[in-house]
Amino acid sequence: MRVCVVGAGSIGSLFAAHLATVGEVLVLTRRDDHARALNEQGLRVSGRHDFTARVTAASDARDLPDFDLGIVATKANGVEQAAESIGGKFARATIMTVQNGLGAEEIVRAHGRWPLISGVTFMSGTKHSDTHVEYILDTPTWIGPYDGTPFEEVEDVARLLVDSGLKAEALPDLRPAQWSKLIFNATVNGVAALTGLPHDAHFAAEEDIGDLGHLVHELVDEGKRVAAAAGVELHDDPWEMNVLATKRGSAHYPSMLEDVEARRPTEVELINGALVREARRHSVAAPLQTAVYRLVRAREASYS
Amino acid sequence: MRVCVVGCGAVGSLFAAHLAQLEDVEVWAFDLAQEHVAAINRDGLRLTGAGDVVGRLRATSDAAELPACDFGIVATKAMHTSAAIAATAHVFAGGCVATVQNGLGNEEAIAEHAARVIRGTTFPAGKIVAPGHVQWDVKGDTTFGPFEPKPAPADEIERLADACTRGGMPTHAVADARGPQWRKVIFNASTNPIGALTGLTHGRVCEDTALRALVTALVDEGKAVAAAQDIVLDADPEELIDHAARPEVAYDHKASMLQDVEARRLTEIDYLNGGIVRFGDEHGVATPHNRAIWALVRGLERSW
Repeated sequence: MRVCVVGAGSIGSLFAAHLATVGEVLVLTRRDDHARALNEQGLRVSGRHDFTARVTAASDARDLPDFDLGIVATKANGVEQAAESIGGKFARATIMTVQNGLGAEEIVRAHGRWPLISGVTFMSGTKHSDTHVEYILDTPTWIGPYDGTPFEEVEDVARLLVDSGLKAEALPDLRPAQWSKLIFNATVNGVAALTGLPHDAHFAAEEDIGDLGHLVHELVDEGKRVAAAAGVELHDDPWEMNVLATKRGSAHYPSMLEDVEARRPTEVELINGALVREARRHSVAAPLQTAVYRLVRAREASYS
Repeated sequence: MRVCVVGCGAVGSLFAAHLAQLEDVEVWAFDLAQEHVAAINRDGLRLTGAGDVVGRLRATSDAAELPACDFGIVATKAMHTSAAIAATAHVFAGGCVATVQNGLGNEEAIAEHAARVIRGTTFPAGKIVAPGHVQWDVKGDTTFGPFEPKPAPADEIERLADACTRGGMPTHAVADARGPQWRKVIFNASTNPIGALTGLTHGRVCEDTALRALVTALVDEGKAVAAAQDIVLDADPEELIDHAARPEVAYDHKASMLQDVEARRLTEIDYLNGGIVRFGDEHGVATPHNRAIWALVRGLERSW
């Protein structure tokens, strides 16, 4: 089994390094020096696991041999470029997406007829360098078939991930998990990006009338109404996910907050934008999610 | 007639320096900034910009030094109203106290300590550039009227308005001053926090149609809360917002709340959107957008 990980950020690096312990792993990077460093030094994992894996990296897909499984692990706003780079090639491959939000599968589909697997990952890591990722949260990756991919194939990929030392589960229908994370992310990332607060106890505080938890709760409730209208029964309650995460005590910096602080483009389109578009499609009012979406987009516009 | 300006920041200084031009008015200023007080006592209070004025008056940081006054003009930031009036109320035992502050709730806070209260709204603006020296940026009118639960007598309101006008601050005494107040509050609550959360200037907020729609949602809630109290706005905040967006007016203006946020100073959000929410709750009017914006800016303040 040969796997190609497209995009070696923290999530891509965690997949690549672990899978390299049970098979051959290719890594497609955006930068040439990143590929060279991986080829020369391998990929080190620290934190929950501790090892260094050998991978074969390239910054041009034409330099890669055929593979069986492709994992698109870029940020949501990098999927288009990633899919384009493998478009028209690797006809034998099955492609898996693991982005936040909704819509990554459609973007990939527009570039090829590969069987697709939807993924949503709750694991987290911090990239310390191009060749070193710290494995922080070992929460699972859930995967499911997309657009008619046989479930057995999804189960095979889940087994491969588990064999490599990661936590994974195959679900016949991924949407309940995907939507739980979508609502959680739209709410927590959006509020964090606008307030500058890491995901801390403020997000669950509902004592005083002006406490932030009220807003977080209302945003989650709007998201749940959209999910219900879309016919999705949620896997987890996003409000409970929020409360649980704030109780862990390590105030996590959501990626959208890191992005706005570094004045980088955020994943707002595929997360908040996706939720707002689903609300409109199903004629559900989502005024506060809409407001957060517009404010984050405006914040991006303020960079220039 | 003796007047004490309570809180001699930019707006307080405009009133103090102008009133000090009059032979028949003795002006005192109460302010906690010692250097500012010392400079005023030494060199007078100087205004430059929209007009050049030097006012001779007495300033102090010690409320015990203040003589009994006929009028107070409270001009602190809204979060300091209670402390400022509690410290100075004894000198207004036989007089009337006016507010020229931003937001909602200042009259109520003053009325806890003073028997005769004047509701006020002022448009002139400026900034302190050095101790004893204020840059006067914007000219404009002031409106005074009775605070209904504890009203100052109409002839006293007229006496203060007349003095302000004669001193160079055009001021109208009216029977119901709530219209101008709510017009200004709705304008500020619907635009200032949007600038603060996104980093955009007023003009750029207005030319982003999605964001401008969010501004309108905020305005509409404010109008509904005003209407529920039978308040007739003296102008449509929407027109003022569009007017201010013009290049020759305030397109490039960074809202004062954005300046506060950039300097990590507490904002007046509790008295703007928070005030609209509280009055909305009292009168059974839903204010979800104002509530959301209030929570976001409070969250932002808590991130420092």
